[in-house]
Amino acid sequence: MKLYIKYDINLACRVILQEQLEALQIKYELMEFGEIEISDSVTDEQFSLLQSNIGRYGIEIINNQKSQLVQRIKDTIIDMIYEKDKLPTTTISNYLADQLNLSYGYIANVFSEYTYTSIENFIIIQKIERAKKLIVEDGLTLTEVSYKLNYSSVAYLSAQFKKVTGLTPSLFKRIVDKRRELSQNA
Amino acid sequence: MDTTHSQMNILLCDDDADDRLFFKEAMTELKVQNDLKVFENGSELMDYLHHPDTLLPHILFLDINMPCKSGLECLKEIREHAKFKNLVIAIYSTSNSEEDIEETFTNGANIFIKKPSDFSLLKKAIHHVLNINWQYHTDGLNKETFFLSL
Repeated sequence: MKLYIKYDINLACRVILQEQLEALQIKYELMEFGEIEISDSVTDEQFSLLQSNIGRYGIEIINNQKSQLVQRIKDTIIDMIYEKDKLPTTTISNYLADQLNLSYGYIANVFSEYTYTSIENFIIIQKIERAKKLIVEDGLTLTEVSYKLNYSSVAYLSAQFKKVTGLTPSLFKRIVDKRRELSQNA
Repeated sequence: MDTTHSQMNILLCDDDADDRLFFKEAMTELKVQNDLKVFENGSELMDYLHHPDTLLPHILFLDINMPCKSGLECLKEIREHAKFKNLVIAIYSTSNSEEDIEETFTNGANIFIKKPSDFSLLKKAIHHVLNINWQYHTDGLNKETFFLSL
């Protein structure tokens, strides 16, 4: 006897990933284009189990040392921005080199090779992201935000905000408020 | 977690043939791997987006001035659907009045591009937009407060 089957490879992979991730109690979200967003930290043991469990199905985690380094650079920077007491007393390049125990030249090269942007740009974007959150979610004034993010002046923060978003902080705030109004009325 | 192996999926909707051609050319010089799909009018675009097999693209470029269904109409229609919440939409326009910019963002655009007259400037603008957007995508930044006006 011969059976003819039809299958949806995409669905099959998603189901396998869901089952395997759940079996290891990893909190995740399946994205499109072969990405999984992990919301908690994963232990080395969980990671290698996941790797071998899904390996049986021919599913592989794309992974290499350089991209892990990029993630560590990003984590270090984000930590630095979100926790004020971690703001380095030395330059950021020295700080990163110290923290990661590598030369800054190497760090900067790997970073731009993998992210298509520079560390400087990444830091600015992250800081402005934080500023947005503080404005929108915490309702802080620009003066408070500039103090929190260690800007030398409100004018400098405003200028950087405008440079990154193309909008002044006040126009940004107005748009966010208007959008909220719209979605509440909808 | 590794993002270098994924590609950026880009949609473009523009009724002007020259603009479309130029946009395609700008894509070939992009560092990030990309896949560009092109639509000539708003209805074609909406049909594609609503098709059940369509994967959500990373970014949609919309010309605001199109006959029949304008870019603004498409924008409003897309934002009515929760499934498109995370779709980044870049509008380009010949205007750059603050009212137009504010209206476009209020209606759900993430990016507003004042179309430069010069081709090399437009290319630069497209590359800048795609780089920033890639950042937002790879770092999981909040798209609801993602605005870029240039």
